[in-house]
Amino acid sequence: MIYQGKQKIWSEYQKEIPDDKWFYVRSCIRQNFFPASEKMLMEICRNILKKDFYETEHHTTCGGIAYHCDTIPQETAMTIVARQFALMTEAGYENYVASCITSFGNYTEILQTWHEFPELEARIREMLWKACRKEFNKPKYLAHSSDLIYKFRNLIAEKAKFRLVNRETGEPLRVVEHIGCHYAKMFPSKGVGGAEYPYVLAGMVESWGGNVIDYPERRHCCGYGFRQYHIKANRGYSISNTHKKFESMEPYRPDMIITNCPGCPYFLDRWQYVIAEMEGKTYGAGGFGIPVFTYEEVAGLVLGYDPWDLGLQLHQVAVEPLLDKIGIPYRPEDKYKGLDRKDIMRPGLPENMKCF
Amino acid sequence: MMENIFGFSISPSSAINMDKVDRALFEELCRVEPDAVRCMACGSCSATCPAAAFSGMSIRKVLLCLQRGKEKEAFRMMSNCMLCGKCTMVCPRGINTRRLVLSISRIYGKEDTK
Repeated sequence: MIYQGKQKIWSEYQKEIPDDKWFYVRSCIRQNFFPASEKMLMEICRNILKKDFYETEHHTTCGGIAYHCDTIPQETAMTIVARQFALMTEAGYENYVASCITSFGNYTEILQTWHEFPELEARIREMLWKACRKEFNKPKYLAHSSDLIYKFRNLIAEKAKFRLVNRETGEPLRVVEHIGCHYAKMFPSKGVGGAEYPYVLAGMVESWGGNVIDYPERRHCCGYGFRQYHIKANRGYSISNTHKKFESMEPYRPDMIITNCPGCPYFLDRWQYVIAEMEGKTYGAGGFGIPVFTYEEVAGLVLGYDPWDLGLQLHQVAVEPLLDKIGIPYRPEDKYKGLDRKDIMRPGLPENMKCF
Repeated sequence: MMENIFGFSISPSSAINMDKVDRALFEELCRVEPDAVRCMACGSCSATCPAAAFSGMSIRKVLLCLQRGKEKEAFRMMSNCMLCGKCTMVCPRGINTRRLVLSISRIYGKEDTK
């Protein structure tokens, strides 16, 4: 697609993103996979952008995983979400920000369903009152946390110490952007840039100096697909999807992948190891894989945070070749040291994919 | 490479690279039977085909496969056609599907025997 065409689509799908005063809810799984991502988001919003960013320890899952795995009916997910909104109302906030793409999709779907079927909303309000004596206002604005970083991408670029540029050649890095399916595929108008060519990550990459590459399976799912992965017998579907994406992007020689979903970076990262073990194939240069990052990790890198404080040692694919390419300094001997500088032990290394 | 210990495996990709597809035979078919490109893939032929239920025969799929260079798959499907002509009767575009099947057999069958 020609760039002007994308610009036109992007201009049609712009959403209002609140400037300040956010009520934040975390993802269920992200802290296990890439533990520093959400910490980095808080750090950027609170300490660098100086925003009012509130979170409460009382919030729970949104029920999205169970809903998409067909374990609970939507009414149950709605009541869980209603309780989250009640916590926001009690705290005095109106702008709701979700860290997880599936949560974002879940909230969007529920708000839209209540808009279409007000009697269902009334029933959920009654159920919430019976369950825990809580009442709620619906959020004025709903955003995904990547929307916030997108909104302040140029501010981050101004404060950046590094750019997504190959320091030896001066060429922009070739970046694959991968958007979680539940971001805009269900409700294109709720995502920045729409469903076909979402701009949320492309905008960050452009602001921070990289080049987004277009490839045939760009909008394909990462392969997680809850019911595919959570049932072991179906995991072949999951990895086949990921394999298809990597085969499609391989000819464009991407330097890195940036994602905005909890599951996508995990599966794009870990499945590279499994593909290497099953087929002996790696997709990065010199026997390495293609490093996969969350957008907060990339923001942290360009802002000059220590890669090991960003938790990059927990990635399966080695990030060091990319850090060298950008020129980000790091101490290899500190890779497997925790925040208290104690040894956190070294993992076993794969046979067919180079790692450190 | 180590033995697959994961309990699942990678399925071959269904992605089709049109740059690598040789469309010479399909173009020959279109010359002989211009109706091949008039099909709008509505599926009426497949819905009425008496062989479809037990053999997977579908003119719509046959044409799609030929366009995508999956000739063996198309030919395998088409070998189940009984030439009853029901698809010709229901085609909203008035395509003579029976004659189309015979032309495909002639053009692609010729290639097959080489």
